Amino acid sequence: MSRRGLRRPKAGVHAALAGVIGLALVSATTLAENRRAAKPPDAAPAPARYAIGRAATEEEIAARDISVSPTGTGFPAGNGTAALGRGLYEQRCAGCHGLRGEGVGDDYPPLAGGSGTLATNNPILTVGSYWPYATTVWDYIRRAMPYETPGTLRAEEVYAITAYVLFLNGIVHEDTVLDAQSLPAVHMPNRDGFIGDPRPDIPAR
Amino acid sequence: MGMTNSKSHDPRAARSSGTTRRGFLAAAAASVAACRNPGASPAQDGAPPLAASSAPPSVPSLLGRGRRGYGERSSFEKAERSFRPSATPGTGSSKTPLASLVGIITPSSLHFERLHSGVPSIDPAKHELLVHGLVEKPLVFTLDDLRRLPSVSRVHFIECAGNSGREHQGQPHEDVQKSHGLLGCSEWTGVLLSVLLREAGLRNGAKWLVAEGADAGRLARSIPLEKALDDVIVAYGQNGEALRPEQGYPIRLVVPGWEGNVNVKWIRRIHVVDQPYMTREEAPYYTDLMADGKARMFTFVMEAKSVITRPSGGMKLAGPGFHEITGLAWSGRGRITRVDISTDGGKTWAPARLDDPALPKALTRFHFPWTWRGEDTWLLSRCTDETGYVQPTREQLVAVRGIHGTDHYNGIKAWRVLPGGEVRHV
Repeated sequence: MSRRGLRRPKAGVHAALAGVIGLALVSATTLAENRRAAKPPDAAPAPARYAIGRAATEEEIAARDISVSPTGTGFPAGNGTAALGRGLYEQRCAGCHGLRGEGVGDDYPPLAGGSGTLATNNPILTVGSYWPYATTVWDYIRRAMPYETPGTLRAEEVYAITAYVLFLNGIVHEDTVLDAQSLPAVHMPNRDGFIGDPRPDIPAR
Repeated sequence: MGMTNSKSHDPRAARSSGTTRRGFLAAAAASVAACRNPGASPAQDGAPPLAASSAPPSVPSLLGRGRRGYGERSSFEKAERSFRPSATPGTGSSKTPLASLVGIITPSSLHFERLHSGVPSIDPAKHELLVHGLVEKPLVFTLDDLRRLPSVSRVHFIECAGNSGREHQGQPHEDVQKSHGLLGCSEWTGVLLSVLLREAGLRNGAKWLVAEGADAGRLARSIPLEKALDDVIVAYGQNGEALRPEQGYPIRLVVPGWEGNVNVKWIRRIHVVDQPYMTREEAPYYTDLMADGKARMFTFVMEAKSVITRPSGGMKLAGPGFHEITGLAWSGRGRITRVDISTDGGKTWAPARLDDPALPKALTRFHFPWTWRGEDTWLLSRCTDETGYVQPTREQLVAVRGIHGTDHYNGIKAWRVLPGGEVRHV
């Protein structure tokens, strides 16, 4: 009971009566609202667009976009051959991958060899035996190799090292020039070795 | 109201008796020592102080440690991610200690890691996400921009494609951390990727996107646009706080139900394109070689799978009697609707109780009451998801897929209980 109510009993009685009536009204309304509230109310509508984020400039995009597609989109100028790549490979790659791409121990599987093994009991998955696109080799070397210092190779060096890895697999000649046009055109031996996802592939019991 | 309670908390009491706080505590400690020493002076009249009690569990009579800004678990808790030391610590995985966990949320500190080029240290104030390619308006989003946009918080599992691959090859690991620990489940908070793509506006011909991380190796994956517009999250939150660095701080993709590798961490670029770009992670890697020499590509979804985490390999049952069987089930296609347990090597099955709520593309905890009579037996779990898909046996999987693939294995897992109570892998 408030001090005000004690001092003005009449007002207090009126207030109490009003409260009882109000409570009854509120109860009825609340019940109806509860029935409606069984389904949450629709959220306030969102705008079609929020206009958040700033426009990217062409220069920004060019500086960040390193995507290359199997059909040749995105490859930069420059070129290289296996002959040019041999020295670079021996210097930057052979420590982990072996002088001839034979790999080193379990942690560094081979890059070359394994031809004809995929359907055997001992499949050996290498660039030559398994990888379907030469563009993938170029892309991966550029973005992720050498392991300790990825992203430090120039485009010409990436073309040359890619050519050497393909040469180790007998896919290009020592003097084949790889560039933005010729690299995507390289036919990889296992190009047609892949299928889509057929799952669920286990019949229910 | 207890008098002793109010008295002991009244600083005036100590002051009036002329005792300093430190002196008071020292005296209390001394009296504890005296009371616990059988040769000490006889107890005075009345009940001894509480500190005199040696009834377990013990309660300290000295104040505990004070507040701290960022909490840590009890020093008695020892569960950790496990990993094999290697010459290249920035590459490889660490595994979640599933047997030590309860419920469905994986503590961020214990969520498995899969690294390709180490964990980058990224200043969120300098990080940006570029959305470009086949869009009307290429956009750059800062972390502040992402925080302004409508957010969602959803519980989803992330499972590495290679989780339990050794089971597929018939060389099972000895415990559930090693066999199934490339698995975690968090509440992820962020912006739906569909919101960002709508902001940029998709152009005709847009079919895929290339998602690229800001780790040293710039890991990149192609993701079909249909999935990107469905339920993919650009997440900045994990279990109520910012992502952990090894989980993609400051932002990562969460691609619900799909193999861990497409959940690109440290995301810096979304490139909307017309075709899959055939990165190393999807053209040669994360493909599944079949017995005929053909390989499946873009096998994204992680199919329904379950594993008993307790009792599990490496544990020892205290003795015959009641032991609850509990574990986890999950499906990349939606909700788990049923888990069946066999305690007799697969001869008979009975349904387990599932914890509510069984969320879509999230871990679901199951429980099964079991009374062990000391027999040598096998415990198995088998789950069913809302599409009706039933977790297969290893034999069924091998019959269709051969044994060369190491990814996307989801066979039924068995643990053997020996008469002495030891639990072994089989």
